[in-house]
Amino acid sequence: MSDPMRIRAQASGDKVTVRVLMSHEMETGQRKDASGKLVPAWYITEVSATLNGRPVMSAQWGPAVSKNPFLQFVVKGGKAGDKIAVTWVDNKGDKRTDEATVS
Amino acid sequence: MNSRRQMLSRSARVAAALAAAGAFPGIAFAQSGGWNKAAFEAKTMAELMKALGGSAPVESKEVTLTAPDIAENGAVVPVAVASSAAGVRRMLVLVEKNPNVLAATFDVSDAVDASFGTRVKMGQSSNVYAVAMTAEGKALFAMKEVKVTLGGCGG
Repeated sequence: MSDPMRIRAQASGDKVTVRVLMSHEMETGQRKDASGKLVPAWYITEVSATLNGRPVMSAQWGPAVSKNPFLQFVVKGGKAGDKIAVTWVDNKGDKRTDEATVS
Repeated sequence: MNSRRQMLSRSARVAAALAAAGAFPGIAFAQSGGWNKAAFEAKTMAELMKALGGSAPVESKEVTLTAPDIAENGAVVPVAVASSAAGVRRMLVLVEKNPNVLAATFDVSDAVDASFGTRVKMGQSSNVYAVAMTAEGKALFAMKEVKVTLGGCGG
């Protein structure tokens, strides 16, 4: 099981800036281990976010996104107290959802 | 004669290993639904645009790309992409000299700004592109060269 994401959502005016730090290896599938064997690819392929349960953002990622990925996006029409939930799915089918309150 | 034979058999083994390595991601990719496999396997901008159904990209001032001039660590290069163009449906982050050019795509809806930030890996110094694609398939881009002191491919 993976570690929780760290999500910070800050409202300014009617926009909410969301910053997410995920905990994931993001293995590219091109790297070799000490014995020269390829390390199998393992990375987040899809990320999505909801504001109060309404989908607002989706993204598809390749293995070139850094380990422990960082993501920032701006949601329109949010305010303090709203709930932001972020979900990721990786290429092994693992998924994780975490929620934060807009401040 | 003998050494030539050895070399042939060795190269056959290497080819088999490559084929096996290539086949693995194919299996893994097939699991997820909305993920565009052809786009993430594209090796050039032209291949990528074909996979995504866009026209040849045009450089535009309406797209902004924020990235460092010099990245000390290629494993973590902060990149931000934004666009002020109307009707943008998708933002892409591309690294020209990575094994596969496409790093990430972000879908732009009415609920989010066309402005995203993330961190990408870069194997070597390369041009980084921010591409904004509109609903009609028009592609606009901004480019910046990022020098990498330490490659991000590990190994």
